Amino acid sequence: MMAQVGYFALLLALLISLMQAVAPFVPLKRKDPVIAVFVDQAAFGQLVFVIIAFASLTYAFVISDFSLSVVAANSHTTKPLLYKVTGVWGNHEGSMLLWVLILAAFGAAVALFGDNIPDRLRSKTLGVHAMIAVGFLAFIIMTSNPFATLAEPPADGNGLNPILQDPGLAIHPPFLYLGYVGFSMAFSFSVAALIEGRVDACWARWVRPWVLAAWCFLTIGIALGSAWAYYTLGWGGWWFWDPVENASLMPWLAGTALLHSALVVERRSTLVSWTILLGILTFSLSLIGTFLVRSGVLTSVHAFAQDPSRGEFVLLLIFLSTGGSLALYAIRAPKLKTGSAFSIISRESGLVLNNVLLSAVAFTVLLGTFYPLVIDMIGGDKISVGPPYYALTFVPIATPLLLVMALGPALKWKRDDLRAAFSRLKLAAIGGVVGAIVVMGLTFGHNILTAFFMAVAIWIIVGSILLLAQRVRLGSAPFSTSVKLIGTTPRAFYGLVIAHAGIGVLVAGIAGMSTWATEKIDLMRPGQAIELSGYELRLRSIDDVQGPNYEAERGSFEITRNGRLVTQLYSERRFYPVRQQQTTAAGIRTNLISNLYVALGESDGAGRWTVRFYYHPFMPLVWIGAFTMAFGGFVSLSDRRFRVGAPKRSARLPAMAPAQ
Amino acid sequence: MSRLTFFAPLAAFVLLLTGLMFSLKNDPHNMPSMLIDKAAPTFVLASLADGGDSGLSNEDLKGEPLLLNVFASWCPACRVEHPFLMRLANNQDFKIVGIDWKDNRQKGQRWLAQYQSPYTHVGFDESGRVGIDFGVTGVPETFVIDRDGRVRYRHAGPLTEEVWRDVFEPLLMHLRSAP
Repeated sequence: MMAQVGYFALLLALLISLMQAVAPFVPLKRKDPVIAVFVDQAAFGQLVFVIIAFASLTYAFVISDFSLSVVAANSHTTKPLLYKVTGVWGNHEGSMLLWVLILAAFGAAVALFGDNIPDRLRSKTLGVHAMIAVGFLAFIIMTSNPFATLAEPPADGNGLNPILQDPGLAIHPPFLYLGYVGFSMAFSFSVAALIEGRVDACWARWVRPWVLAAWCFLTIGIALGSAWAYYTLGWGGWWFWDPVENASLMPWLAGTALLHSALVVERRSTLVSWTILLGILTFSLSLIGTFLVRSGVLTSVHAFAQDPSRGEFVLLLIFLSTGGSLALYAIRAPKLKTGSAFSIISRESGLVLNNVLLSAVAFTVLLGTFYPLVIDMIGGDKISVGPPYYALTFVPIATPLLLVMALGPALKWKRDDLRAAFSRLKLAAIGGVVGAIVVMGLTFGHNILTAFFMAVAIWIIVGSILLLAQRVRLGSAPFSTSVKLIGTTPRAFYGLVIAHAGIGVLVAGIAGMSTWATEKIDLMRPGQAIELSGYELRLRSIDDVQGPNYEAERGSFEITRNGRLVTQLYSERRFYPVRQQQTTAAGIRTNLISNLYVALGESDGAGRWTVRFYYHPFMPLVWIGAFTMAFGGFVSLSDRRFRVGAPKRSARLPAMAPAQ
Repeated sequence: MSRLTFFAPLAAFVLLLTGLMFSLKNDPHNMPSMLIDKAAPTFVLASLADGGDSGLSNEDLKGEPLLLNVFASWCPACRVEHPFLMRLANNQDFKIVGIDWKDNRQKGQRWLAQYQSPYTHVGFDESGRVGIDFGVTGVPETFVIDRDGRVRYRHAGPLTEEVWRDVFEPLLMHLRSAP
């Protein structure tokens, strides 16, 4: 029953989005307000029916309705309720439905909150947005119908892959999707602007909150994904440069560039066509990344073979959306008006440099991701592009980007003096040098690179804080003035400071982790102990434990330092009978500066177990940094400039002083 | 800026897409094995285990219909496929033999020790020679071999429930009941 309801809801959603896609472009006697109202209503209607479809599928998972083939293949009656629900998007069909659900939600949000956007632009934007929806709804209905039924439902399902039964994995895809799909808004706005043939400061102000929201979600999604990999894969790695991770990193880098170039459009009405191009490319990278990687073209050329029609359909969609919009760009962009000129030393130049470098790193990641495919295609061997490639390409380009990051916001718009800007950041530079000297001293000059990156981290963090200090004129004005300025400083400025400082924390984490992490892998008997970086790890006992749908061996460990107990840790090796599959749950102890990490491995059959013991200094900083960045984004998003229902205010705002 | 510059992104995109189209064409299903219905190539492989079972040769493929699965420890798709093979090995009454392809002996052994082995015999094909004779283009690949040691079907990519139900099961039934 639910299957029919869900399927019918999908068909209706497709029908509505078709009308929504066509209405704004019908050249009949145009009545903008009428069309705009129709398009807004269509966006709501589309969301309602996609919600019904999604809810039906979720319900089928919750009640274990195995007459649906997706449920039979991916669920099991003994599975905990939480994982029954997350199982909805733990498979191809359901994840596509989630994708469309988020797409529809973004469209409806623009219809709801976008009443400050002129009718014509809004309905065109929603029209373009609906075209994407048409494409993906058709894709679901024609090639990946989640409501396909089985003639003879099995007595029990096939279980969800136990690797996927984890809270981290359960929640990170929705965040990633919010990010990927959120960039569709930038795409729709860009294409609509090209069709309208007009881009101005207002356009940038309307599009930025959507880009910012998507960027924040994507940042959280990537951080959660990395944390998940860290504690479930059981070997202590947190970033592998594998295609799935790259697929999320590429739109993130392009989205970061877009965020900054849209700022220039908003402030100075320049870099217009470049920003439009970024809007198109960011979403295209989301599409190319997600679908080509998820469908397995990159990990193995084989995966498409299971259902080539899906691969071809996705390629067709990418061809139509990206190809179509780039063709439109080629024709329309030259006609867009470009704003005022700026001097070489200015905030604009800093942001241009930011964009050039961000695009360059995004391109290296793209190249690294697709290179194995190209080699495979021309008949060469299977190769994998690993960390050495990125160390040689990504790092050298990202480094100047980090250096400029603190300097850029210290520059004034239009024209500035480099020496003056540097003098504003004197303290940050001194802090960096002192940090480097301390690191060099502590390591007896062995870790020159680490010292350098620690200096970069301090330069960014202190530089960002100095920015705020100068903004509130701390020290240069009476204290009471500063306090007053703290209150009047726009939230967007705080957002900038927090997000940039977050990058600094992240850099410190990566630098420390890549140099000072230590590990020991050994066979241990209960009672035995091993030592690593001053910590002593003792395996106390191994017990058999029974989980809800798995059996496990649990290792109890005790860590001491100089004879004093630091912590007790448990690591489990789980076996899932339904899937005959093994997973590891690592034991981790963190003090927010460093991690101790224990993973129980296989037994040698003679009473000894493989134990992996890691000491990871600075590891938590990586995620603290990433979440700080996302937090900064949200703070900026709460700025009143972006706030809804203030249609008239926006016209006056450009006069406001140099916020970020 | 010249107007042509604005066409550059489109040109780059078309180039990328053409490449991807080719990689779709590269689909192994479009080039079925030359070996279908012919005898499996002659080969003798050492066992993956140190001095364990007797290794694997084309003679071992004769007798009863069986599955020949080509895998490697470096292959993520094999990791994906593995639980399914385990389920087959535990619930179905035919043999699965494996060829560890272009791998490192220790890594292959460790891989099987960690995830359990669904195979009755595992041959170690370090150079990839035997794989090439079978026309293997990547791992995992699975061949259905009949009781006379002839190759009857080739599947590239991980085995899935669907492929199993639609192709393998009927084929194996047929091979088994055939005189």
